[in-house]
Amino acid sequence: MASKLQTPLTVAAYKSDVHNDWCPGCGDFGILQAVQQSFAELGLPPWESMVFAGIGCSGKVFNYMATHGVHTLHGRVLPFAVGAKLANPNLEIVAVGGDGDGYGIGAGHFVHAGRRNVDMAYIVMTNEVYGLTKGQASPTLGRGQQTKSLPLPNTNDAIQPLALALSSGYTWIGRSYAFDGKHLKEMIKKAMQHKGMALLDVLQPCPTFNDLHTTEWFNKKVKGAGENEMVPRVFNINEQGYNGSVQDPTNLDEVNTKRTKAFEMANFRGERIPVGVFYEIKLPTYDERMQAQVPMLKQYAPATMPYQDASHLPTTDLSKVYEEYMF
Amino acid sequence: MANEIIVGIGGAAGDGGASTGDNLAQTSARQGLHVYVYTSYQSLIRGGHSWIRLRISDTKVTNIGDQVSAMIALNQDSMDRHLQEMKAGAICIYNGDKVKPGKAPEGVQLCPLPVFELAGKDALPIMQNTVALGALVGLLGYDFQALSSVFEHTFKKKPQVVEANVTAAKAGFDFAVKTYKKHGTVLKKTDAKLAMVHGNNILAMGAANAGCKVYCAYPMSPATGILHWMASHGKDLGICVRQVEDEIGVANMAIGAGQMGVRSMCATSGGGFALMTEAIGMAGIMETPVVMINVMRGGPSTGLPTKQEQGDLNQAIGASQGDFPRIIIAPTSIADCYTVMEESFNLAEKYQCPVLVLSDLLMSEGHCTLEASFLDREFKIDRGELILEDDGDKNYYRYKDTPSGISPRVIPGVPNHLYVSATDEHDEDGVTISDVYTDPITRKKMVDKRARKMEGVVKDYTPLKLEGDASSNTVVVTYGSTWGAASEAVERLNKEGVKVAHLSFKYLVPFQEKEAIALLKGKKVIVVEMNKAGQFARHLRAEAGITADANVRKYDGEPFEPKHIVEGIKEVLKGKNLVEVQSLEPGWRTPHPPGPGVLSTGSTH
Repeated sequence: MASKLQTPLTVAAYKSDVHNDWCPGCGDFGILQAVQQSFAELGLPPWESMVFAGIGCSGKVFNYMATHGVHTLHGRVLPFAVGAKLANPNLEIVAVGGDGDGYGIGAGHFVHAGRRNVDMAYIVMTNEVYGLTKGQASPTLGRGQQTKSLPLPNTNDAIQPLALALSSGYTWIGRSYAFDGKHLKEMIKKAMQHKGMALLDVLQPCPTFNDLHTTEWFNKKVKGAGENEMVPRVFNINEQGYNGSVQDPTNLDEVNTKRTKAFEMANFRGERIPVGVFYEIKLPTYDERMQAQVPMLKQYAPATMPYQDASHLPTTDLSKVYEEYMF
Repeated sequence: MANEIIVGIGGAAGDGGASTGDNLAQTSARQGLHVYVYTSYQSLIRGGHSWIRLRISDTKVTNIGDQVSAMIALNQDSMDRHLQEMKAGAICIYNGDKVKPGKAPEGVQLCPLPVFELAGKDALPIMQNTVALGALVGLLGYDFQALSSVFEHTFKKKPQVVEANVTAAKAGFDFAVKTYKKHGTVLKKTDAKLAMVHGNNILAMGAANAGCKVYCAYPMSPATGILHWMASHGKDLGICVRQVEDEIGVANMAIGAGQMGVRSMCATSGGGFALMTEAIGMAGIMETPVVMINVMRGGPSTGLPTKQEQGDLNQAIGASQGDFPRIIIAPTSIADCYTVMEESFNLAEKYQCPVLVLSDLLMSEGHCTLEASFLDREFKIDRGELILEDDGDKNYYRYKDTPSGISPRVIPGVPNHLYVSATDEHDEDGVTISDVYTDPITRKKMVDKRARKMEGVVKDYTPLKLEGDASSNTVVVTYGSTWGAASEAVERLNKEGVKVAHLSFKYLVPFQEKEAIALLKGKKVIVVEMNKAGQFARHLRAEAGITADANVRKYDGEPFEPKHIVEGIKEVLKGKNLVEVQSLEPGWRTPHPPGPGVLSTGSTH
């Protein structure tokens, strides 16, 4: 964990002055702002905070943050971030990427990152298209759907990211909506504060290429359960009695029940879109698992572990190891 | 004159040939004898054929040598393959109850052992190996105690196993000494204190010594030994060892760790390296130190997973898109693997770039004796230009354009020194210029800055040096592990009165261009390498403008033996400009039944 500033900085302190070139009306703005607010409210020192991004429109997010940042390769933000966190668990790391980046080209890493339970938040900006390359279908676009760049309807079924995350071992799984700033900020903070690997899937419109799921579409009321009842399309499951937080990770009955419920909720398809915390469980983090195996890591992060003396001679003692090879 | 013997142990995987070989190697090392071991094996877990060759000598050996002169056949297949290639004076030891020898070449002594009688009817089948090893040790004139002490060492926690092995070995020893003539070559004990180590272990130890604290890998032959070493020793040495989902993840994870200031490393073979290549460019443009080992094997594609080749030089030079500085080093021997790791980590941090190390199967899976004092060496860690504390500088630019091209690096966590790093082209502050309309001035400045870093690298190298008859007008040129067999070939030719020198390269990129020109210009250059296309010959021409006058190449999967190079050079001196040598002994040949593409007609015509 990063240290906490005694005097928190303002949101402005986390904003860089790099020109922002996202399209007007892009959901990325909502996400960027919520990330900046979350860092400020959590009182994180910018020099101990890292925002890693993938490639695509979403990948530009690191440029607009006045923290450390890395623009990694397409689809590789997670292994890069895992390596960084492994090297220095004292840094606060947030990985950000698009749905094509994370669930398409990076799908293999997405699955395996869950198994490790690294203590970091992964925010995926889901807009169902590859925006920067002019609107091709991303892995979250449903079958039969045809956004304006597609000459023919999509022939693939959509991935269910939250269900995949659940199967892969993510220990905090949530969804939010880019233009519900208040909910989004709270969800980002929860994802960052969760000790373990958190996936926050954020739905967002792409005003330029996704002409199916626009801001108007997200804001539209849909038919509710009652006769003539109209309800918001996007609804918060946690406000409606759904609780996916496992209280006792050793209680398998509770774990199984909550996982099954979360899986059902994550696979929900219909006119309405559930957002909120789907599942949460406290399990040993990656660095705790590593420390259990390599005791020296309790004392030092790999990035600060000494291996030379004042005159730069190596201090790693290999003589005992070499003895294994002597006969 | 050195006294030496090459022992071949043949059997199926799972027959225990490997431990028989280990025991013989250790027994020899205990006597102060030098050993070099190479195993030719198949990609399977049980069955097939493997042939372990141990070259044992009373002086240092640099390669696998030529002619096997003592063999143990653990099964019929080994006997059928290898007996024919023995020459007069050789001995052949086998279980006479199970294996039929066929006709031995003239002068080869057949030494069947009545294993049932010697080991007892109830003995485990594996005891035939111990009986045979006892017999071999006896015929080589070793003290029995040298062998029994190895069993005591290996099985020190299992006294019953020690006793069973010692009894069986002694029975074999006594029987052989009483029944057969000793081997003509007598190996005298020396006082040398020796260790016996695999190349992969030396690569891993070199990395640990240099301060490697994060190691990532995906299992791939023949690089897996490094992962195994790291996994077993990381706990005590404080190294984070991670097996990752694929090599793409491996490379990105290692670079992510490097970005945070850790000395990090990953290793793989050619196929995995291909998956890592995009990330290598990332380390190049982000100027992140990382060390990546490619233990080459026969390619392309899955190629020959268990065979030797030096075919990935082009891949290493061309790894990743675009222009960016990288350093490529190919160790020349198992011992050199240690030095190369020390150098690689220093160079990676000093020049803030990826360092690619080209080992190969022969060196990584081969093992040899090294002096007990091997670890006592001069080595200083150089982390390059680092800023580890807040120096009050409010205008820190991570990618500052400096005269050397090297920009002082802050490890994230230092207050008030923030920066972004991008796989996109960026300015001195790290801000991407990929999204602006165009910026040719910044683009050129940043490309130049990175390229300029490489100007200093060559000065950090050990200078090139001619070996063999340095006054000669003919120079044999090799790179990487071919040094071993080539240096011996040149030595033999010199002894025969053939004037030839040897120049071995280990630093491949950036290249020692000026030194290469000074040493090679105007001479007859013969490039000897383990691939078909002449990748190093091409590299030499590209980097130094020196076109090889002749080439000796091998790409049949089995390593160069000195004799191949001697023979190749002689052919060249007779006028040939391309000699493709191969391993032709009967033991290397495998009959192949027709595959599924050949339809059976049910009758023969």
